[in-house]
Amino acid sequence: MPKNDVELVKYLQKAIAEEAKGLPKMVFMEVCGTHTMAIYKNALQQLLPNNIKLISGPGCPVCVTPMNYIDELVAIGKTGAIITTFGDMLRVPGSRISLQQAAAQGVDVRIVYSPLEALEIAEVYADKAVVFAGIGFETTAPLVAVAIVKAKQKALKNFFVLTAHKTMPSALTTLLRDNKTINGLLCPGHVAVVTGSDYFHFVSKELGLAAVIAGFEAHDIMQSILMLVKQCKAGITKLENQYSRMVTAEGNTKAMSLMNEVFEPSDGLWRGLGNIKNGSLVIRAKFKAYDAKEKFTVFTGSVQEDENCLCGQILKGLARPADCKLFGDMCTPEHPIGACMVSSEGSCAAHYRYGR
Amino acid sequence: MCLAIAAKIIELNGENAKADFGGIVRDISLMLMPDLKVGDAVLVHAGFAIQKISVDAAMEIQNLRKEMNMDAEK
Repeated sequence: MPKNDVELVKYLQKAIAEEAKGLPKMVFMEVCGTHTMAIYKNALQQLLPNNIKLISGPGCPVCVTPMNYIDELVAIGKTGAIITTFGDMLRVPGSRISLQQAAAQGVDVRIVYSPLEALEIAEVYADKAVVFAGIGFETTAPLVAVAIVKAKQKALKNFFVLTAHKTMPSALTTLLRDNKTINGLLCPGHVAVVTGSDYFHFVSKELGLAAVIAGFEAHDIMQSILMLVKQCKAGITKLENQYSRMVTAEGNTKAMSLMNEVFEPSDGLWRGLGNIKNGSLVIRAKFKAYDAKEKFTVFTGSVQEDENCLCGQILKGLARPADCKLFGDMCTPEHPIGACMVSSEGSCAAHYRYGR
Repeated sequence: MCLAIAAKIIELNGENAKADFGGIVRDISLMLMPDLKVGDAVLVHAGFAIQKISVDAAMEIQNLRKEMNMDAEK
């Protein structure tokens, strides 16, 4: 951290301690993998007074992607299709193997930085099916929507998306509707860049939580925590926007309308959490020619999670990584068993790397 | 996953632009932010400009820094 930022964090640390003095215990949840990493990396929990606890919610899309999704990608790859994916999916294990292991067995797996690169690959390899692994929340889904719309414009016949996109509101509502333990939510800044801050009003209005849209520097998160503490102290719950240099009230309306044009909400499985009503995005009928689920019929069967794995509880904020008897012993970043360990942004992986 | 990086637009090229990521220049798509100009600061996610960075709002941090220094002088 630059020296100025350290001074800023120290200043905010003092301000939080003063504000929180004498208040009952407050629990704040963050729901973005990048926040998880920033909190652990900068040891922010250690800078807070004893009556403030930070916990991680279901904020990493890689973590909440069901294991059989990887199995489906591997099975599609084994038919001869080229699998294109963001790098963070590569090492995630399916029920048998990961995409990286599939590549070692001859499946053509390519890492792309942008979904448009997958489209370029499809144009070059016109005689092969090219499948893009569509993972991510509202920040990423519009970009994949653009790729699908472009594929249609270019009349590509060999570009497909296997979607496992997820959206935040229904998952947060399902998780936090009946919660008695959490007082405030650090809302995901980059999701809000796209959706707009208004999208998160439900957190304060319907869930009754203090809510602050937070940036990703250590001082952003500390300032957001200070804003949450002030709400708790005043006994109010409202939505505030700490990340206003990036987040507007309405967000990127073009991105949101493209996302809604290509995808529609659907019930779907979140790893560690189970089925969530309207928590997933599927490709609309209008674009079904680009849906890998229409093109490929793969049967992978259902997958059982390890019964000792606590990820479901951890994603709900009811347990911590260290509470799990698999953590650090049976379950490590090299050999992950549960959802929170599979991605570097998962709370168990962050705790393994920085927290022990 | 939802990582986004700040960059500066240095050249427009239809639906795309060249953007400077603190010394590294690469092409980005403007399909989600069509009305950008050369010199605009933008937030880039997975090869797409997704938002223009508000310089006025960025001053909030400067203001916080100022507030901090004033408190220190007290």
